[in-house]
Amino acid sequence: MPMRKVMKGNEAAAWAAKLAKPKVVAAFPITPSTLVPEKISEFVADGEMDAEFIKVESEHSAISACVGASAAGVRAFTATASQGLALMHEILFIAAGMRLPIVMAIGNRSLSAPINIWNDWQDTISERDTGWMQFYAENNQEALDLILIAFKVAEDERVLLPAMVGFDAFILTHTVEPVEIPDQEVVDEFLGEYVPKHAYLDPARPITQGALGFPAHYMEARYTVWQAMENARKVIKEVFDEFEKKFGRKYHMIEEYRTEDAEVILLTMGSLAGTLKEFIDKKREEGVKIGAAKMTVYRPFPIEEIRALAKKTKVLAILEKNISFGIGGAVYTDVSRALVNEKEKPIILDFIIGLGGRDVTFEQLEEVVEISKKALEGEKVEEVNWIGLRKEIL
Amino acid sequence: MAVRKPPITTREYWAPGHAACAGCGPAIVMRLATKAFSEAMEAKYGDPNAFAIAHATGCMEVVSGVFPYTAWKAPWIHVAFENAGAVASGIDAAWKKLGRKGKILAIGGDGGTADIGIQALSGMLERRHNVVYLMYDNEAYMNTGIQRSSSTPYGAWTTTSPPGKYSIGEDKPKKWVALIAAAHQVPYVATASIGDPYDFYRKMKKAASVDGPAFVQVLAPCVPGWRTPPEKTVELAKLAIETGLWPLFEIENGDFHNIKFQRFPKDGKFKKPIEDYLRLQGRFKHLFKKPESIEELKRQIKEVWRILGKEVELL
Repeated sequence: MPMRKVMKGNEAAAWAAKLAKPKVVAAFPITPSTLVPEKISEFVADGEMDAEFIKVESEHSAISACVGASAAGVRAFTATASQGLALMHEILFIAAGMRLPIVMAIGNRSLSAPINIWNDWQDTISERDTGWMQFYAENNQEALDLILIAFKVAEDERVLLPAMVGFDAFILTHTVEPVEIPDQEVVDEFLGEYVPKHAYLDPARPITQGALGFPAHYMEARYTVWQAMENARKVIKEVFDEFEKKFGRKYHMIEEYRTEDAEVILLTMGSLAGTLKEFIDKKREEGVKIGAAKMTVYRPFPIEEIRALAKKTKVLAILEKNISFGIGGAVYTDVSRALVNEKEKPIILDFIIGLGGRDVTFEQLEEVVEISKKALEGEKVEEVNWIGLRKEIL
Repeated sequence: MAVRKPPITTREYWAPGHAACAGCGPAIVMRLATKAFSEAMEAKYGDPNAFAIAHATGCMEVVSGVFPYTAWKAPWIHVAFENAGAVASGIDAAWKKLGRKGKILAIGGDGGTADIGIQALSGMLERRHNVVYLMYDNEAYMNTGIQRSSSTPYGAWTTTSPPGKYSIGEDKPKKWVALIAAAHQVPYVATASIGDPYDFYRKMKKAASVDGPAFVQVLAPCVPGWRTPPEKTVELAKLAIETGLWPLFEIENGDFHNIKFQRFPKDGKFKKPIEDYLRLQGRFKHLFKKPESIEELKRQIKEVWRILGKEVELL
């Protein structure tokens, strides 16, 4: 029987790692995800987890050791956040290019400067072009589930790409919630043991990995990563279905909430979706035709789902905790790509919100709705809006 | 009495047809090191092939693994410039879990080891991974075209340490990574030179035989980088030993009080002048216009010997 325990998001991620049975874990502590390697080291110390835990000297080495381990043919896991993820940046491309199904848990945190340990998504968003799949969890249960799902998708022969699962710093990493821990046997059935079909650093079948690709081959190699990411759309949906059958919880590329007859839909990711749902209930009681949508999978980008969502609304308001300086939020620009050639499309507005751990309040969300309404009524509004700025200190 | 040379296996892991320059010192390193490794693996595990190679970005990585070709007859991986130590750590951990018998060989040049890769090297040594880290030292960044590294010796010309009106060339003493590695108190650390291939071969075998980490720093002249003719590579590597510029030693478990020396003159006096070594190389040509710079180089080398516990005389 699945066990219910009250735990922090970090513990949920560590439990997911334990259930997935990676043979190698390599990690370096960083706030807010430090508890992930701590908890894993406890599991290993108590003999509850049969993994080599490499206490590396940096995040760069954490991901490098995972690449080495994965290339040697075993399941590998790590966890990090913020500057730690940024330090891994170079190797993230290599892990994807070498088609190594490493899974990484990220306690989504802002980037310096100024140094700030609190939540936004700038860390993972900045890695969106590395070839890693990206999942975002709304709550601790999702953090656990999505890590298991990430392993299953990553290791699928049609995909073979690494994956990162983000869960918001402190809002989830350090907040306790009841989490259902699935039975080990069911997880074993779901994931199975990772046995790569290729020859991986095997003296009996030596191959060369990580060779130099001249212009004659480089583009084709990168194209296979593109293809793998395209394949991942289908595989993710299959795995979501299988996960529901085995564990009873259903995931969607984009989960919709009260979007029926909505004139305004607020689209977001991660824990902010929880806040939005409550806000939507309040607005619906007030008679406002409003809905919410949560993007669970950000890479591959759910293009078809965005198109379907866009058909249901007049204003699509994107709330995101990241910024691409000089253009706007990353999700906003991606959504625009999905809709640019659609004949009919809603007004798309961007709202940069909650950076560096600033609380997202109902007041701020009211501001989002006000701006969206103005746009709905044909008034000209800014396309990119910074919400909750303390203008008095600027 | 005939001197019996130690046998070198006929097994090959470094295939001909790689893209290294004629007279390439590091290419000789690759061939000898893997041969020695296979002998050690055969003795230790009964399987000469029981090893994998993690290679840092560098000239030997580039010339050996141009897709769709490979010069390697062993499992081989290249990830990035600064992380051969960390990648090897991951492979070692995976092999432990897979129950695979064998050892990992990590290879980096002086750039990938003494500079950008030193952190990952230190981590790998400190964690006691079952890895031999082989640093082939051609004393500059030869892959990107001859820029100075922290392993470039005093006085040497490189494109980023050019001699000029206000410059003697490289103006800092060479960083001796073997001593840094030994400070980790790992089972085995050695320096070697392709000028004494049997000594290098023996040391690689020893390094591969110990349980836990080992580090070998081998001098490997670079034809374009040193501005030397291809046929002088091995001669230069020999002269480096004979002039006293390249100490050959072994340090076990970080025991600096019991360093084993090879090819060390009994009286501490090296018989060949260091000018014999310098004169053959374009990179030191300018030093002959300033004899005091050669004296400074000698002083620095004597200081390294003194740290190693030997008072020496250099000609």
